[in-house]
Amino acid sequence: MNDSLYLAFWSLLRRDLLITYRNRAQAINPLLFFVLVVILFPFGVGPDVVLLKTMAPGIIWVAALLAALLSLDSIFRSDFDDGFLEQLVLSPHALSVLVLAKVIAHWLVSGFPLVLVAPLLAVFLGMPADAIAVLVLTLLLGTPVLSLIGAIGVALTVGLRQGGIILALLVFPLYIPVLIFASNAVQMAMAGFAVSAQLSMLAALLLLALALAPLPAAAALRMSLS
Amino acid sequence: MNIVMKWIHLLGSPPYFYRFSGKLLPWLTVICVGLLVWGLYGGLVQAPADYQQSDAFRIIYVHVPAAWMSLFIYVSMAIAGAIGIIWHVKMAEIVCITSAPIGAMFTFLALVTGSLWGKPMWGTWWVWDARLTSELILLFLYFGVIALYRAIEDKRMAARAVAILALVGLVNIPIIHYSVEWWNTLHQGPTVTKFDKPSMATSMLIPLLVMAIAFKVYYFIALLLRMRTELLQRERNSKWVKELVGLS
Repeated sequence: MNDSLYLAFWSLLRRDLLITYRNRAQAINPLLFFVLVVILFPFGVGPDVVLLKTMAPGIIWVAALLAALLSLDSIFRSDFDDGFLEQLVLSPHALSVLVLAKVIAHWLVSGFPLVLVAPLLAVFLGMPADAIAVLVLTLLLGTPVLSLIGAIGVALTVGLRQGGIILALLVFPLYIPVLIFASNAVQMAMAGFAVSAQLSMLAALLLLALALAPLPAAAALRMSLS
Repeated sequence: MNIVMKWIHLLGSPPYFYRFSGKLLPWLTVICVGLLVWGLYGGLVQAPADYQQSDAFRIIYVHVPAAWMSLFIYVSMAIAGAIGIIWHVKMAEIVCITSAPIGAMFTFLALVTGSLWGKPMWGTWWVWDARLTSELILLFLYFGVIALYRAIEDKRMAARAVAILALVGLVNIPIIHYSVEWWNTLHQGPTVTKFDKPSMATSMLIPLLVMAIAFKVYYFIALLLRMRTELLQRERNSKWVKELVGLS
């Protein structure tokens, strides 16, 4: 990375974090949504401790998927509305690197809080302590993938009036591998098996998404702004 | 080489393509119907009944070609989309977006026939079998493509968006497929039945291949018909369309 690109990357990251910090109240909402969805399940399936415990990995991960989807729109929405995105596209720097900065900033304020709250929810659902550690690890590896893949979907739909429901249709099928490996890792940890295979797969998905996802996202942004 | 390149360039011109595809369609239809009759007769009448599944296995002659087509069309859709994005070939864009509904149709057909086959074999309409589940996800990938195309009003822009999405999906399909397979082997319930066909008898295999080719030709016919309609709609203000429909 040359110096000016480096500088652009960091100042963009700093800018996005600062903006979120100034609008703290809005950033909390996906987190509350995440907690609420998980709390709904005991009402839906009954307060059976054994059943809730077996379902806990799936419940928490599906809730994380929904919360991620809900917060995705904020990656590009306000910047699209006030014209900042056009400035980004016009800048001499590689758009994919700038997109990566925005996605990382987005994950820090919307994905990372989920990781912090998840242990609490896991305790609600009666998960044993060592499985909670694995759950946190899967969320740490998995939620950035959700933000990265989601960025492609948002970039494709940001110019649309009713992008939200289409966004769900676009990104959920692509989220399935993350869901499979992550919730399975937690289930296996609860059953006392080794989970290094699942965690390695999640790490591989993360690296793949980190390397590839910014490119189509940048291309889609250019398309949305043309 | 020169002649071939020139012909490919000619195909990129809408009026030429329209005339050429119009001449091609009757021949393709004859070939498709011929192959279908051959394949269906071979599969439903000539092929012997399976020693385990008796006559129930015969749905394979629709199910397997449809499942093959569902993947084949997604790949061709993504490749056409890439050509459209990279070289700005209008025809490739049209191939990309008109393929989506046909592919979704084949995927749906594969799902329905798989479920119909599952009833006598597994005793239930739906099992979370790895292949059926992958097909189901593929169907939603197609739905995403179609919905995105419908939602964007500027159709040239929509074609580019769809191409990007199709390429992202293409990279993800193997990942989804293998993760679903992995998930399925870990969660495998009481059913271990698979649609594996361990060394089929030739009398059963040939109709299957004939049906597969017939389905490909059908895809080609449906694609041409849809492309022609799309061309007429997009170019409705151009001279050749007006001449064609006798407006000018």
